[in-house]
Amino acid sequence: MASCESKSCADCEAVVTRICDSYGSCRGSLIPILHDIQREMGYISSDAMEIVAERLGVTSAQVHSTATFYTLFYTKPQGKNIVRLCDSPPCHIEGSRAVREAISKELGISEGETTEDMNFTFEVVSCMGLCGVAPAIMVNDDVYGNVTPESVAGILNKYREAK
Amino acid sequence: MAFYRAHVLVDTGTPAVLKGALAVKSALIEELKRRGLDKEIKVVETGDLGLHNAGCGVVIYPEGVTYANVTTDFVPLIVEEHLLKGRPVEKLLYKEDQPSVVTAAESPRCNEMRVILKNIGVIDPNSIDEYIAHGGYEGLVKALTTMTPDQVINEVKASQLKGRGGAGFPTGLKWEFTAKAAGSDKAIVCNADEGEPGNFKDRLILEGDPHQIIEGMVIAAYAVGANEGYIYIRGEYHQSVEHTEKALKAAREMGFLGKNILDTGLDFDISIFKGAGAYICGEETALLESLEGKRGESRMKPPFPPTYGLRGMPTVVNNVETFAAIPHILAKGAEWYCSIGTGQSKGTKIFSPCGDVLYPGVYEVPFGITLREIIYNMAGGIKSGKDLKAVLMGGPSGVMVGKDALDRKLCAEDLNPGAGALIVLDEDKCIVDLMQNIAQFFYHESCGQCTPCREGCKRMLEVFNWWTAGAGSEDDIALLEQLATTMSLTSKCGLGQFAGVAFKSSLPLFMDEYRAHLKDKVCPTGVCSMDKVLEEVK
Repeated sequence: MASCESKSCADCEAVVTRICDSYGSCRGSLIPILHDIQREMGYISSDAMEIVAERLGVTSAQVHSTATFYTLFYTKPQGKNIVRLCDSPPCHIEGSRAVREAISKELGISEGETTEDMNFTFEVVSCMGLCGVAPAIMVNDDVYGNVTPESVAGILNKYREAK
Repeated sequence: MAFYRAHVLVDTGTPAVLKGALAVKSALIEELKRRGLDKEIKVVETGDLGLHNAGCGVVIYPEGVTYANVTTDFVPLIVEEHLLKGRPVEKLLYKEDQPSVVTAAESPRCNEMRVILKNIGVIDPNSIDEYIAHGGYEGLVKALTTMTPDQVINEVKASQLKGRGGAGFPTGLKWEFTAKAAGSDKAIVCNADEGEPGNFKDRLILEGDPHQIIEGMVIAAYAVGANEGYIYIRGEYHQSVEHTEKALKAAREMGFLGKNILDTGLDFDISIFKGAGAYICGEETALLESLEGKRGESRMKPPFPPTYGLRGMPTVVNNVETFAAIPHILAKGAEWYCSIGTGQSKGTKIFSPCGDVLYPGVYEVPFGITLREIIYNMAGGIKSGKDLKAVLMGGPSGVMVGKDALDRKLCAEDLNPGAGALIVLDEDKCIVDLMQNIAQFFYHESCGQCTPCREGCKRMLEVFNWWTAGAGSEDDIALLEQLATTMSLTSKCGLGQFAGVAFKSSLPLFMDEYRAHLKDKVCPTGVCSMDKVLEEVK
């Protein structure tokens, strides 16, 4: 087995096995298992996918096809904090474009990229159901609404202190 | 049950949470504890109070006094003055002369008809006792103890309730097909994968009154004979998952879920399934695929879920708002429900006006209300004070209407409201820019399974990229129209079928604006760059 990029192989195997044990072995458990793996390990490595495939009795290609389909799953290491900006129509018409530029400038990266210190990943995503407070962003699980280019730095700074 | 002399309700709807409502709640609890009042005064979280632009709202009962713009700094004052000494804090009262605050009499909420949202902002969503005290689980008890499953289906059919997720299929009929389908194992699935931009009503129901959905699902399970239930909630809706999980636990403890519910022999339980970020999973067969652990790719239809659904079982898939209407229909009867609305659209509908309106939010009204009433009387009109330019009905997959549609009625026989989103644009917004944004959305969200949608969405985006970059030609219009028609005729599911609807409906309304971009290479509103370097869409 190829070595894991984030944790040692033995660690990865123990974590994934423990998570798999807490679910049934049917294919329907796959998405909840992937959610849990990502929460604990930060992303879903190909080694993790192989273990899950074995446990659920499906091919690793099937696990891979599911894991790469959904935007909330990552198959590569991500920044410690994930900044998601909505650019669907309600946020778009309320000024998400300017917010996007402000975030890029503040973090020094474009959408889809991760800062060198691995503290932030910036993503532009589809509607998060926060249209009443557009434009909206989420940093990890925290929601921010009525965001302006001026308020971006203050929001992001909260996640810098935690370093 | 403990007795409290006063209840302090803290608005924890999303707008209030953004203004620090959770910190206010914790501060209230701490302050009451510090003063030894925690055994006599209870702090309760409640849904959106609808105090537009008035920060965090707090209501104190039994007096019914409402405070606006409350911050943690004011908490000691409220506790000291109001809760200890019984003197309402004048300066924090929610009243007329306060700027940016609507008065109670002018409140846009006055014109609402709250059936599904009646508990929101009134009860603690995490308390099953409060739900029951406000008439909750009455419909379930009535259905399970005094009616046969057939009678329940007939009552839902008689109510003429139609699916509230956008497609509008008659709910009673869907249940009847599922009940009659062969097979002993059946399933009930609640579609809470609210992903259509502009819609945020299901979030409010899940966060503010989750028991209604559980009650509706148990009634459905009884009617069709199902034992398995799932609520498929978007992965981004953390608070919805949290509140629904608590509600499920409480319902189980009360015996409304689990084995032999109310001694009827019905075994039924519900699990929450967290989505992982895919718009397509709002399509019912893609949602079922996702529940099975697969990619969210829609299935060939027929067979439809009532005959072949989750893991092949006959399955009812309904939207959150649809399930939430069920308890009310059973408790008050189909006749009452039919007395609300229009000839073809019975009952109430939840709308979510957003975009350039003064008070974006969630409003429940009877079908048949005009677009003008919602946008101008409830949502406060256009926030910039400018003219209304267009409304995108239901979201990016809906039709666009112009100013002349303001007096049309929102119902099946006139202007179909879809899932309820009303994305409002003022005259400063560019239609071509919006269409480019919509094309970007569908390009990103197409699952890639069928050719018309995968390739069509890509080409559509490419053409709009030309247009906003000043590189379009007038001939492109006919080309794009043809593409949109082909996609609607040949795509496998609704995503591709509806991806070109907004564009096609906008053409006759804004032909001049399109021509300005294509012929004169000018964006009349100045939104489009018109000189961008083009990149190929890959």
